[in-house]
Parts: sequence; C-alpha cells; structure tokens
Amino acid sequence: MADLSIDFAGIKSPNPFWLASAPPSNSGAQVHKAFEAGWGGAVWKTIGAPVLNVSNRYGAWHYGTQKMLGINNVELISDRPLEVNLQEIRDVKRFWPDRAVVVSAMVESSPDSWSDIVRQIEDTGADGIELNYGCPHGMSERGMGAAVGQVPEYCEQITGWVKQVARIPIIVKLTPNITSVVYPARAAVAAKADGLSLINTINSIVGVDLDTFEVTPNIAGKGGHGGYAGPAVKPIALNMLSALGVDEVVANSRLPISGMGGISTWKDAAEFLLLGATSLQVCTAVMHYGFRIIEDLCDGLSNWMDAHNFATIEQVRGKSLNRISDFKNFDLSFRAVARIDQTKCIKCDLCYVACNDTAHQCIDLIASDGRKVEPGSYDLHSNGRFEAVSTRPQPRVREDDCVGCRLCYNVCPVEHCIEMVELPAVAPTVTWDELSKTHPEVTCDWEAMKRYREEHGIHIH
Amino acid sequence: MSELASGSVAVDPLAEALPPLSAHESLVEANRCLYCYDAPCTHACPTHIDIPRFIKKIATENLLGSARTILEANLLGATCARVCPVQELCEGACVLGSEHKPIMIGRLQRYAMDYAHSHEIDVIRQATSTAFKVAVIGAGPAGLSCAGELARHGHRVTLFEKRSLAGGLSTYGIIVLREPVEIALAEVEMIRRLGVELKTGIEIGRDVTFPELEANYDSIFLSCGLGATPSVGIPGDELCIDGLAYIEQSKIDRAGLRVGRNVVVIGAGNTAIDCATVAKRLGAERVTIIYRRTEKEMTAYPHEYEFIKKEGVEFRFLTQPIQVLSEAGTVTGIACLRTELAGVDLSGRPTPCLVPGSEFVIPADQIVRAIGQNKPSLARILGLGTIGGFITVDDDYETSLPHVFAGGDCIRLRGAASTVMAVEDGKLAAHAIHRKLTAKPTLAGVL
Repeated sequence: MADLSIDFAGIKSPNPFWLASAPPSNSGAQVHKAFEAGWGGAVWKTIGAPVLNVSNRYGAWHYGTQKMLGINNVELISDRPLEVNLQEIRDVKRFWPDRAVVVSAMVESSPDSWSDIVRQIEDTGADGIELNYGCPHGMSERGMGAAVGQVPEYCEQITGWVKQVARIPIIVKLTPNITSVVYPARAAVAAKADGLSLINTINSIVGVDLDTFEVTPNIAGKGGHGGYAGPAVKPIALNMLSALGVDEVVANSRLPISGMGGISTWKDAAEFLLLGATSLQVCTAVMHYGFRIIEDLCDGLSNWMDAHNFATIEQVRGKSLNRISDFKNFDLSFRAVARIDQTKCIKCDLCYVACNDTAHQCIDLIASDGRKVEPGSYDLHSNGRFEAVSTRPQPRVREDDCVGCRLCYNVCPVEHCIEMVELPAVAPTVTWDELSKTHPEVTCDWEAMKRYREEHGIHIH
Repeated sequence: MSELASGSVAVDPLAEALPPLSAHESLVEANRCLYCYDAPCTHACPTHIDIPRFIKKIATENLLGSARTILEANLLGATCARVCPVQELCEGACVLGSEHKPIMIGRLQRYAMDYAHSHEIDVIRQATSTAFKVAVIGAGPAGLSCAGELARHGHRVTLFEKRSLAGGLSTYGIIVLREPVEIALAEVEMIRRLGVELKTGIEIGRDVTFPELEANYDSIFLSCGLGATPSVGIPGDELCIDGLAYIEQSKIDRAGLRVGRNVVVIGAGNTAIDCATVAKRLGAERVTIIYRRTEKEMTAYPHEYEFIKKEGVEFRFLTQPIQVLSEAGTVTGIACLRTELAGVDLSGRPTPCLVPGSEFVIPADQIVRAIGQNKPSLARILGLGTIGGFITVDDDYETSLPHVFAGGDCIRLRGAASTVMAVEDGKLAAHAIHRKLTAKPTLAGVL
C-alpha cells in the first residue's frame, strides 16, 4: 500500500490533504473533528486584524441540477478574537502532534504587526505559517491580502519581514487575480520563503437576481465581487500550478507547493500532484459534503498509486510537468481523427450538431442504405417508436476531412463511444519553432504558407 | 389531527393516476434530457412536437416558451400529455431508454401545460381575420385541432357538436384516471378563445342539413369519429352494456352508474381495459376480460395490459361468448366456448375457431362489450368514398367531395386510432384547407 505521508518544507503530515484556510478550519472544534475524520493537516482560517462579517456571504453557481460547481464568498478572515484562536490552535496541536497545523495570517503591512503575529503563532506550537496574500475582497480594500499578492515587490518585502523573525516554515499563498502568477512566486523565492501555495480565490460576481435585479448574494441591497472557488476553478488552478513548475526560477528554488483550487476527488488530487503539488488543500468540497470526504480522497489516491506502482507521494510529484510545453513546440504533423463506435452510439446527434454548426463539418448522417441524409428528413406522416428508432440515421465521421478538433469527443454523452484515433503523419515532423527557423517566410506570407502546404501535402478543410 | 391522519379523507378511486411533477422534479427530469439534435422523440410523436426544445425550456424555467413550443405543434398538448401511449411514441424512442430510464416526456409536457392553464395564459393567438368560413363537424380531438389551427390562420370557424359537451372522447371516453373532464373542457375553452364559434347540441341531418353547410361555408372538415359499440351478435346481446357508455357515465354521472359485483368485459382493446378499470375501481368484486384470441393478439397497449393485471382483473383468453344468460331480465352469466387459433384472417391475425363441446359458463351480473366502434354513419349518408367503412381521404385529407375534408378516427383505417393521431389529422387538414382557400388562381384554373 502506498505511503501517503508527506514532508512539506519540514511540515509533516500523514497524508497530503489539508483543510484550506477557510470556514472549515474556523475553530478548534472543527479542526479536531476533521482530524478525527482523517485529514492530514489544516491551515487555520486566517487570523490577524480585527474584522466584522456580513450575512449572505456565500454565493453559488449551479449548473443544471449540479449544485455548487462554484462558490464565491465575501467572508473576511476570522472574526473570532485573536486570543481565542491562538488558544484553540495550541490545544489542537497538542492533541494532534502528527498532523500538520499551519496558521494562515494576515495583518497590517508593517514589520511590527507581522513580527508580533509570527511570534504569537509560533508560541502555539503550530507547524508553519501561511501568509495570506490572496484574499480578494474586503481585506484588500484595507491594503492586505490580494493588495499585497498583486504587487511582487510588496510580496517580497513582507515575506522578508516575516522570514527575519520566523523560526517555523513560511508558506506564501498566491493570488490568481494577477496577469502572471510567476512574478509574485519569484518574489517569495527571493525573500526566502519555505513554500508556496496556490490558488487563492478568483474575483467573481456570481449572479444577478432576475426579479429584483440585485446582485447575488444580496447584502442589504448591495453586492460585489467575492472570491470564487470550487470544481469550476480547477483548470485555472492546474494551469497556475504548472506555470510555477516550469518556471526556471521557481523550479530551481525547489520550494514545495501546496496546491488547491477545486480539488473534490482523489482524481483531482492526483492531477495536482502530477503537476507539482506536494500538499493538497481542500475547501469547497468539504463545505459541500463535510469532512467525511477525506476517506475516499485517501483511499482512491492510495489505490491509484498502487495501480501505477507509486510508493510515495514524492514519486508522483511533478511527474507530468515535463509534458507542459508551449504551442511552438507541439508537433504540427500529429494527426488524430474522431471515430464513432456505432455499437455504443445512441444517436443523440450531439456530435453531429456540434461539428456541423460550430466545428469543421465532417460528421454526416448515414441512413441504413448507406445514403447520406439531412437531419429531419423523415416523412411527416412517419411516427411511433419503431419507425423513429429503426430509420434513425447513424452519425459518421468523414475521416479525410476531420481535423481532429476533438469537439465531438467532448460533447458525446456515452463513455468511450467517440475515440480520437491517431493516424500516421503525412507531413514531416516539425514544430512551429523549427518551421519559423527553416521557413521564416511562412510565418508572414500566406502565399509562402500555401506553397509549403502543397509541398508537404497538408490540406486544410 | 389532520384529515389525513384521521383517515376521514376518502380517496377518489378514479382520481388522476399520476400526480403532477413538482417544480423540483420537473427541473431534475428536464436536466436529465440530453437535448438530442433532430431527436427521435420528436420523430416518434405523431404531431412532431419539438420535444428537446420544450424540455430545455423547462430546464431554463421558461415555462411560457415551453408551453408555446408544445401548443404550436399540438393544440391539445394537455390531453396528449395525459393520454398518449408515450411508451409506444416519444418515450419509447428516447435514446436514454437503452441503458437508462427514458425521460418522462409526457409528464414534463403536462407540467408545462399545467403552467399555462393555471396561470390562465393564452399562449397561442388568433391571426388576423380572413373572409373564409369553415365548418368543422364534431368537436373531438381532430375537430378541435383543426378548428384551432384554422383560427390560427385567421379563418372563421364554426365547430358543430351533436353532444352537449365538446371534447369528444377526451370528455366522454377517456377514463378520469388518465384525464379529468376539466382538462378536456379547458382545452375546448382555449380553442373557443382562439375565435372558434362552438355550437353544441347540433346534429348534421337533424338540426342543419349538409347542403346548408355547403352553401354557407367555404370548406368543411368532418371529424365525426366512430359510432357506438357494435353488438356482439349473440342471444341476450341487448342485456350487455355499451363499453363507451359505461365509461361515459363514470365520467359524467358517476353516482348513476350501476357497477356489478361480478363484471365480464368482452374484448381486449384499450377500451376494454378502461371498462375493466372503472368496474374494478368502482367496487366490482371480480372483473373478467374475455377475448377470443390470446394475449399476443390483443390490441391493448402492453403497458395497459401490465396495468390492468396489477388491478387484479382476470383474463380468459381463447374464449368466445355465445350467449348472455339471464333470469327475469337480470344477467346471471355468460356462456362461452373455447377457441383455437387457425389461419390468418383479413385483419392479419389468426382466426379463432370454436372448439365444439367446450362450453362453459362464467357467472356475471354485468356484461360490458368493448369490441370496437361502428363505422361513421355520416360517410354513408353523404355518399362519401369509403374503405372498410372508413372515410377515404387523399394526402391532403380531402374526401371524394371537393372542399370536404375529414380526419380523426373516422378515417383511421390503419394504425392505432389515438388522440394524438387525430390531433395531427386535424392540424394537417387545417393547413391543407388553408392552402386551398388561399391559393392564388393559376392560369390552369382560369382556363
């Protein structure tokens, strides 16, 4: 059985799953309950400056009947007195010495404020501190959170203050609300941070009430942007995580990264690990289903690691990073076409309409006698289950015309019905980078591009 | 204590069997729909309602748009949502049916129709009036559909109905379990609000003559349906009750309906099933359906057969009634002979042959015959071309008389006669009538 334990810049935990700094880690009782359920660690909900919260602080984005694909919030950092938090952190850590107890902090941007909070946290026996440079609402209006994370210079300066006094590992939490997440990460590296975590929540407005025209959620008639999280943000998080993994400065620093943003299942977790995360933070999925989800997070991850002969998390970490590349390095001669398995196809024709309306018009409807037919070409007098089913044409890809865009594959509701089949290349293997060196004229002249294509038998459909 | 808990609420044995979907149920179900393109459910629907479109509109909570999508293809969407044999039509063709449960299309349609009805929204509007006048004879589903579609084209329609209530079989012949009378009558009102003039209690040949109609209207649509249940042709026949009348009374005058303790229903079509249902639900201790062929040949839909078996109704197949037994005018039973199936007859089904000496008696105090309906008498009176007693029409639903069209059960020689087929007949005939009325004169026409 795989060993799920991790060592994150010296912070040890029996599995990589930590509660993210958020409502689930708001109190000692909650963290205690989470640890009982099996969570490897918790990043305590941010403590620091005094705040007051509002009602209607969470808004959710639902899709169809799937609830909470995304959640946004305007909740601030902990509104419980600092002393209460510190005492509970101390108690939890004493009770759970094998778990990772990291404390998220955010105070006014002054060296004194930061050194005070660092010392107070260290006094609790906590394993590490996460610097919250990401909170996008409320705190940022007061010059904290994202207001720091969005300016690499501030990020470096404050991290430097903290590192001067800290004796336990310091994790810098990055905001996604920035053009490139690499720059604040490099700033944290420069300031000798011990680890990075990302992503914090994304600026968002979750909706508008169509009867009252109020912004959702409505806070006494007003509303505004809040931090967005949940399954819907996972692809954004994976991209930012990998951006750090392939950045030379950040990669060479070898700082461990705590990945988060939409992790709901062990599959999500494995993907974050493969793209370079060491620990994994979870919030929305817990807020949706409770602490109990830790069981399958660990069980599923462990089974998957066993199946792939991974003995440790470290062996998984970053395994797919070498696959991350830029378009200019992709093989332009790579060919794949869509193929529909007629034995699995239920003839919903979603591939047909997607291809014909919005892609490359290379799926036909074929009647049982082999003729190509148009949709809706049945006689209006025809009806009934038998006629409708028995005369329904079969969608079929014209592989010669298929550009392999993969849209049909994505819309097909049947598992493994449409497969992308790799075909032998007809043109020589070449990347855009190579092409622009060997045939610079094709990059700026359509006539030259035309000649190149004809020369190499590349047909555009 | 609530009424429910005290058990003082009497459950109506004929109450509509399926409850309406709740808002949440309808959302969940609508979201389950894949939104197929050129969907097979739409093909399978005789009126070709754009089903994925109306379901998608339920999913987006655009219920008005959903109702309009349905009614644009089928003005009797509320009735069809309840009475259609969806297993044989839309739901039977659902692509999810192979591995999952098909979408509950009928119940979603009812949800959208109920929305329009309960909010008193006139979803479909009348077009600007033309000068053309059309008479529609018979206010059943075909007639209502035709009249409504003609009104949508702007024509002035008079709908004649010999009964006191319009709606045809929806009002009189569909058991309440499937469609309450109010639904059928509400649909009639909707058609009236489209500008159709309804004249009930008017019978052609009695209250108004056909030549009068021909003189006063530019076109005529016949949707007279079929006649009463034919007699079985056995001694004591007159003691049997007409199945359609039996159902009608259960809808219109339930208190006056006498239901036997031991009821025999002759026939195994959908009407027979309905009669047996009424008898069983209204207190018969024992209900037996007798049929001279086997369950393989019976014309009732498979889901109806499944339903009635669960109601506790017994079946006696390969059984031919030969005489109604009675004492002093009171039915005491029915004498039958066993049959065996032999070669195929004209209807394409095996012929039942009597087995000599196999006579037996089924005790009964009430016998209901549900063995089909008589052919339309109007066809004979008007001298219309017929096949097998059904009115012959061309592809445009025009009869052998110019400008006289027909649709619904009275033309349904082949295929199952059903409400939705009648609605489609009415719709297509209305379009044909409209085309003919508004056609520009051609040179050929002038010469």
